[in-house]
Amino acid sequence: MSTTEKTYKVPTMADMAASGEEPEILFWVGCAGSFDDRYKRVTIAFVRILNHVGIKFAVLGPEEACTGDPARRAGNEFLFQMQAMSNIQVLNGYNVKKIVTACPHCFNTLKNEYPELGGNYEVIHHSQFLQGLINEGRVKVKDGQPFKGRRITFHDSCYLGRANKVYEAPRDVLAALDADLVEMKRVRANGLCCGAGGGQYFKEPEPGKKDVNVERVEEALSTGADTIAVACPFCMTMMSDGVKNKNREDSVRVFDISELIAQGQGL
Amino acid sequence: MEIIQQILFVVALGATGWYIAKRVRLIAQAIKLGRPENRYDHPDERLKTMLLVAFGQKKMFTNLLVGIMHFVIYAGFLIVNLEVLEIILDGILGTHRLFAPYITPIYPILIDVFELLAVGVLTVCVIFLCRRFIAKVPRFQQERHREMTRWPRTDAAIILTAEILLMIAFLTWNASDSVLRDRGVGHYAELKGIVPDFLISQFLKPLFSGFSDTGLIVYERTAWWLHILGILSFAIYVTYSKHLHIALGFPNVYFSDLQPKGEMQNMPEITKEVQLALGLPVTTEADGSQANDNGDQPPAEIGRFGAKDVQDLKWINLMNAYSCTECGRCTSACPANITGKKLSPRKIMMDTRDRLEEIQDGWKTNGFDYKDDKSLLNDYITAEELNACTTCQACVNACPININPLDIILQLRRYRVMEESDAPASWNAMFSNIENNMAPWKFSPSDRFNWADQVND
Repeated sequence: MSTTEKTYKVPTMADMAASGEEPEILFWVGCAGSFDDRYKRVTIAFVRILNHVGIKFAVLGPEEACTGDPARRAGNEFLFQMQAMSNIQVLNGYNVKKIVTACPHCFNTLKNEYPELGGNYEVIHHSQFLQGLINEGRVKVKDGQPFKGRRITFHDSCYLGRANKVYEAPRDVLAALDADLVEMKRVRANGLCCGAGGGQYFKEPEPGKKDVNVERVEEALSTGADTIAVACPFCMTMMSDGVKNKNREDSVRVFDISELIAQGQGL
Repeated sequence: MEIIQQILFVVALGATGWYIAKRVRLIAQAIKLGRPENRYDHPDERLKTMLLVAFGQKKMFTNLLVGIMHFVIYAGFLIVNLEVLEIILDGILGTHRLFAPYITPIYPILIDVFELLAVGVLTVCVIFLCRRFIAKVPRFQQERHREMTRWPRTDAAIILTAEILLMIAFLTWNASDSVLRDRGVGHYAELKGIVPDFLISQFLKPLFSGFSDTGLIVYERTAWWLHILGILSFAIYVTYSKHLHIALGFPNVYFSDLQPKGEMQNMPEITKEVQLALGLPVTTEADGSQANDNGDQPPAEIGRFGAKDVQDLKWINLMNAYSCTECGRCTSACPANITGKKLSPRKIMMDTRDRLEEIQDGWKTNGFDYKDDKSLLNDYITAEELNACTTCQACVNACPININPLDIILQLRRYRVMEESDAPASWNAMFSNIENNMAPWKFSPSDRFNWADQVND
């Protein structure tokens, strides 16, 4: 089936509610997934996968707002709670039960920090969701797909890995690609930050010897991988910038795991 | 003669006990400066964590070799205490190897094990000294870490050397004692045939063959006294040293965070404000899940949003500071520190403790109500350090005894942002974008769903 024949749909919660329906899952897109040009492609890839496997999902669309993660971590607790409580009102208003998101920061905040403010949902990261689809056989990457023999390295994001101990899901997803998975020296619990968390993404780094993302990309490049797989919008930008900094953007690409799966599916 | 020694011993023991009790009270008082926080929930999980991480030293084994070496010192320290028990009883009662006649068959086995451990401890202490001062493990070097000033380095050297001397005293004491038994001198003869030579110290006996009987007795007594006085002084010294972790490591792990590492603690006092601002019903403390107060005492007056000084931190943060061994595993895992930024999680912990000790000094001269005009923020920890943190929790993960430097960093950030409005300009821009546009960037909220137009491209 060629992609042009298929029409992908992105229903909103408002549409669903209007027609008296409830989706299986809410796809929480996040600010980066909504506005960042590069990460919009990840959002689209994931939506295509959701369409492809025929899951009844919806997004909040214009009703979504920042979870407040960067505000809280920068120290602005007041702003965080304003965001959190408004979001919780919206989510509870739609009777949301299950949330999938491609952003580990949204994932962590929705999963761990909203319950105390009255927002209780089952929250899963898209890596876990994709892992489930692969395990159930609903997503199968065809033999001889473009990944065979390619070297891929996975960069653990702090808020997925260390913060929530999700280490295997993204690796399982990559394993399904039948590529050559190579690990960096600092992985899983010892993984090195991309340098963007804790609000760093939104300001210049403090003076130092080098930027964190450059340090991390050097490590990634030393594995000889031609693809750096990420599972976080901020890691995506930081790794891509690092690759550019090293003048390797011609030979090394940065992809989100859902983009790789979508590619493997021909979506 | 014997009775004078007994009296002196009891006096030394009593004085040590009294002094340590005083120190413990002072440290407890300092920890109680912190805000209340309930860390008594989930006792089963806490106990399990303590057994694994503190007793089992789970996180030390990240580096297997270092883990084994540390375990030798740790096990040696714990088990050799059995011998110290006999030494103390001997000292009080004026006896000599009190336990030997009662547990004759296992006595030599026990001492052999103690001697093995003593050799193990001695060897590892020598290796650790070499690692610090000859091989120069980077995380201990002042050239790379400005918090590793003279005192932390001296402190480490004193501890390691003291342990080496204590072990030498123990082994040579056993050796001289064996020679005295062989020669059947005085009361030493009573144990002849009951207590054999020991595993290690038997090889040290030739050292003493040239000694006269009197010379031997003098050495035996001196080594015995050195060993036990060394242990007593060590016990006092520990309360001033980073080595306090040998005691506080256990409660520190027991009371450590149980929630997922990524979860930043809620501020219930702000929840109320936000509920009012949003026109939502205000949840009272009673039905909210906020567990920040101990028991059913009324909610404390809100002092400050975030922390400026140690009093604004939680007691567990302060206990963390006293438990820190300054090993620097946090700092060597910190991405900001690795890339040359000023932030060092170890320094955050050391600063917190230094500030507490400064306050203690004030107490000593001016009474417990004493206040100075300094604070942890600015006088110790700078904005530049705080701003460099990526909240990646590498430091939290790296700490062998579950210290959380990030929690302190976050509370200081909260104070700077909410009380002083002193965030970096681009953070203020990010805040106002979130506030006005519902995203950290300056995009119109109505464009949020525009990406959907491209799904079929």
